[in-house]
Amino acid sequence: MTEATIKTTSDQPDFGNYVSLLKPRVMSLVVFTAAVGLIVAPGSMNIVLAFASVLFIALGAGASGSLNMWWDADIDSIMKRTQGRPVPSGKVSANNAMLVGLWMSVLSVGMLGLASNWFAAGLLAFTIFFYAVVYSMWLKRSTPQNIVIGGAAGAFPPMVGWVAASGSISYEAIGMFMLIFMWTPPHFWALALFMNEDYSKAGIPMLTVTHGKRSTRNHILTYTILLTPFSVGLAFTSIGGPVYFVLSIILSLLFLLGAFKLFKREEKIAIEDNYLEERKVFKFSLFYLFLLFTALLIEASFRSYDVRLIAWPQVF
Amino acid sequence: MTDDEIRKIRKKNNSMLGLILVAFVILVFSITVAKMMGGATMEAYDHVRRPQLEQIN
Repeated sequence: MTEATIKTTSDQPDFGNYVSLLKPRVMSLVVFTAAVGLIVAPGSMNIVLAFASVLFIALGAGASGSLNMWWDADIDSIMKRTQGRPVPSGKVSANNAMLVGLWMSVLSVGMLGLASNWFAAGLLAFTIFFYAVVYSMWLKRSTPQNIVIGGAAGAFPPMVGWVAASGSISYEAIGMFMLIFMWTPPHFWALALFMNEDYSKAGIPMLTVTHGKRSTRNHILTYTILLTPFSVGLAFTSIGGPVYFVLSIILSLLFLLGAFKLFKREEKIAIEDNYLEERKVFKFSLFYLFLLFTALLIEASFRSYDVRLIAWPQVF
Repeated sequence: MTDDEIRKIRKKNNSMLGLILVAFVILVFSITVAKMMGGATMEAYDHVRRPQLEQIN
């Protein structure tokens, strides 16, 4: 084509716009949890295949992020938090976001199948389907339980990593799944507490919008209590151990304390300090998950050097 | 945005895409090598029976 076809009026998307279509911050968490799932799994995996597997699991997560941005462009443009995303800001057309998402899905699932096995690839395909269709298209706009069930999408990566390395699902993989699954609701509800206006303006039935902030605070405490046995219980599987156990106890107590503070707080006080405690709990929850998975890595490195407590009870 | 600026952005986009494609080729090649070293089947059935591929029970 000649230069006459260059559009001078509209924005020219640059490469970074397409990168942010894949939600790089979510991807970094996926890279980490999937890599841990893959490393702590039994059996040894070729380093190139392991790297490729993690890369394509992350790309699959990016693909679902892109599909989410295509589908949610209307509500993203209303919410302050998401207005700058490439589709609502007009950098990338919704149609292109959809195409990027679909092709990346096909590529990531196909390549994961070739690099590891087709069970892992099928699980990744299901994860993308769950996030893009079940969560984004269906649950997000219809029920305040949206993030509770939708959290499963974020919980799959370590399990996909595990299956990529070992070829099958086991208690430990389900344990890691449950840890993220139970962690998601208090994490997002803490965010929703200080994002309320955004969600209500966009008409998303977050718990804060449908049942109010009081109820959300109760829910955060309840779910944090429910999370604790899953978090600590992982210590007594083959991937856990004393380091993980001690860390999970400390982190769980801190998380419970934070959740309890949110539970006790009056809305008036929260508004006065601009949701300081809520922001703290939200940030801490990220730190919590990151450290627990790091502890799993530490336990795995002990095992690889055959350092272990003989008397450590392995219940599951 | 002027034509010149747009051309600059497009050049950058294209070279990034080029780099990614080259990286992808290298990755696929590395996966192939890794799978071969891991003992993946290097022969497959053609249009005729291949007795050497059949499992001996």
